[in-house]
Amino acid sequence: MVPLSYYLVLSAILFACGVAGFLIKRNIITIFMSIELMLNAVNLTFVAFAAELHALSGHVFVFFVMVVAAAEAAVGLAIIISVFRTRETLNVDRVNLLKL
Amino acid sequence: MSLHLWIIPLLPLTGAAINGLLGKRFPKAVVNAIALGSTAAAFLYAVWVAVQFFGLPADQIPHIEHYATWMTAGNFSAEFGIYLDQLSLVMLLIVSGVGFVIHIYSVGYMEHEGGYYRFFAYLNIFMFFMLTLILANNYLLMFVGWEGVGLASYLLIGFWFLKDSAANAGKKAFITNRVGDFGFLIALFLLIKHFGSLQYDSVFKAISAYPIEASAGLLTAIGLLMLLGATGKSAQIPLYVWLPDAMEGPTPVSALIHAATMVTAGVYMVARSNAVFNRAPIALMTVAVIGTLTAIFAASIGILQTDIKKVLAYSTISQLGYMFMGCGVAAYGAGIFHLMTHAFFKALLFLSAGAIIHGLGGEQDMRHMGGLRKYMPKTFWCMTIATFTISGFPPLAAFFSKDEILWKTWASGNHILWLIGLIAAGMTSFYMFRLWFMTFFGEYRGEISADAGHGHDSHDAHGEHGHAGPHESPMIMIVPLMILAALSFVGGWVGVPAALGGSDHFDHFLNPVFAQYAPPMDSYIHLPNTAEVAEQQSAEHEERGMEFLMMGISVAAATIGFLGAWYLYYKRTDLPARMAAAAGGLYRLVLDKYRIDELYGAAIIRPIVLISTNVLWKGIDATLIDGAVDESAAGAKDISDGLRHMQSGNIRSYAGWVAFGAAVVIVFMVWKGVR
Repeated sequence: MVPLSYYLVLSAILFACGVAGFLIKRNIITIFMSIELMLNAVNLTFVAFAAELHALSGHVFVFFVMVVAAAEAAVGLAIIISVFRTRETLNVDRVNLLKL
Repeated sequence: MSLHLWIIPLLPLTGAAINGLLGKRFPKAVVNAIALGSTAAAFLYAVWVAVQFFGLPADQIPHIEHYATWMTAGNFSAEFGIYLDQLSLVMLLIVSGVGFVIHIYSVGYMEHEGGYYRFFAYLNIFMFFMLTLILANNYLLMFVGWEGVGLASYLLIGFWFLKDSAANAGKKAFITNRVGDFGFLIALFLLIKHFGSLQYDSVFKAISAYPIEASAGLLTAIGLLMLLGATGKSAQIPLYVWLPDAMEGPTPVSALIHAATMVTAGVYMVARSNAVFNRAPIALMTVAVIGTLTAIFAASIGILQTDIKKVLAYSTISQLGYMFMGCGVAAYGAGIFHLMTHAFFKALLFLSAGAIIHGLGGEQDMRHMGGLRKYMPKTFWCMTIATFTISGFPPLAAFFSKDEILWKTWASGNHILWLIGLIAAGMTSFYMFRLWFMTFFGEYRGEISADAGHGHDSHDAHGEHGHAGPHESPMIMIVPLMILAALSFVGGWVGVPAALGGSDHFDHFLNPVFAQYAPPMDSYIHLPNTAEVAEQQSAEHEERGMEFLMMGISVAAATIGFLGAWYLYYKRTDLPARMAAAAGGLYRLVLDKYRIDELYGAAIIRPIVLISTNVLWKGIDATLIDGAVDESAAGAKDISDGLRHMQSGNIRSYAGWVAFGAAVVIVFMVWKGVR
């Protein structure tokens, strides 16, 4: 049996990759994927703890996160398409009209 | 039984409201009907009330009516109510009667003036507040009337507000009265603090339990503060300075407000508060001294004034001084008696002066008058009665009232005050006959020109009709003069003293008001013991002889004044100028009204203006308060300038902040967990 700490370390590495990708990358699609990566890292923690503690709520929570992620993907992709149509770019540094 | 006395003040208020709000569109006849109608109705109702009052049984006097609670705060409450006793009845009849007569006169006098409806709205609102002042059943309601008449006075002095001097005179009157009102208010606070009420009946009843204060105490303080209020409203030393300037107002206003009614409010208040003053001999003595000093001081200024209205203004101050003198020797009845006769003859004097000014097209300087007897005979005869009255010749009204005051002053043992009062009476006679000779005798010294205009004291030419020399005023102005002349003639006969075979009816009528809360006699006046009772008969006889002597002396003083004026201003008109040159500095000092205005300006007003400008305005307001506001606004702007750079619009920088925040939260939680 794989010990719990392995899962947590893996999850932390995945989450850190997600954060780094979010902060570093300029392409909005990549950023979006980084967010998915962070969500899944969290999911991994949930299921790891659920298995360890024999608690069903962790499994259930993962489904909720997946639903939210799916909804977010739908809305987010729609926004990305809309942004691309108006600004002809996916570079977030150039999508900065909201700045003061 | 209720007499529904609330109707009396409300009638002129209704008139003021209608005329004030809608009068601009009314023709003059409608304005007249409303203003005169409401005042006449108030007067007639007052007469009806007087008739009812005489039918009241003695135990129902004072007749008090309660209408509603005005305000309640803790144990203190004030109400709307009316207090009718002999004193307020006399005041009620004077104010509504003289007020009505002056309303009639104003119709003629103000005919060519702009703001006609405004004038009558103000006059009516004055009537409302004055009636509130005298009818109130508590000091707070009296104070409302007190302030209200001050407001009406301000509005009417500044009636020609486009003229700087009129606007300034209005402000001066109002601000000077503020000083007095301050004293009055503190007195009211003291009453509330120590007696828990301002209702006349409960306050006076509570005060009745107090002994006479041998040295200064609570009642002395209350009395002196009330006196301060009275000196403001009634133009006594030291706050008299506003009244001469108040002559900037239209002449009917000078007659009604600044001679007959409003300025007597202080005398009324002192008489009303007799329960306080009777127990505070120091305050009472101060009243007498201030009154006497004012009487002679103002009379001496009046001697050299050349503006006809200014002479009358100083005369008013001087006569008010007599009233205070009477009240100050606890002869409140005499003070109120003089108040009544003064209301008649001084209103008559002012209205006659107004008729002269009207007839001369706005000329007020007596040096440009003279010989007017030929041009305006009716005015001349009315003025003659008034002049002889105020000078104190029997059997005219003021002889009885002024003499009663002087006699009571002598009888109370204040012989020095009596002497000063007597000299002032001689001066009164002198300056009044000077006015009389200068205006009506000799040759006319003014110009007879066709373009004199018709501006009255406003000096703005109207050119309504060509003005060719002095002329008599219309009947609507003469009839009020005649009514007042008749009253000035017979008005004193209600108070003929016993020494002259009368019954002193007026004094006896008022006596219950002043006897009700009087301190027990033996505590301050030495009561005759059995041995002295035997002597009393002969002493009374002796006293009567003394009273006769006093009357003779004051008539002699009046005659000396008359002869002096006759000699200087009729017989040898060249003498006054030479005497003025001989007197030099003293003459100029008196001519400049002792430079009291300048003294106040330098000692009080200038320091206040300087402090207000440099410390309060530029120091505290502009630097401290404005500075605090400006600095905090500028600080907020600087901080915001720094913070707004966080709002870069760069998604990744936002994400960085989110990550940083999350990291901080995690570190915090871990640190908490470790502890």
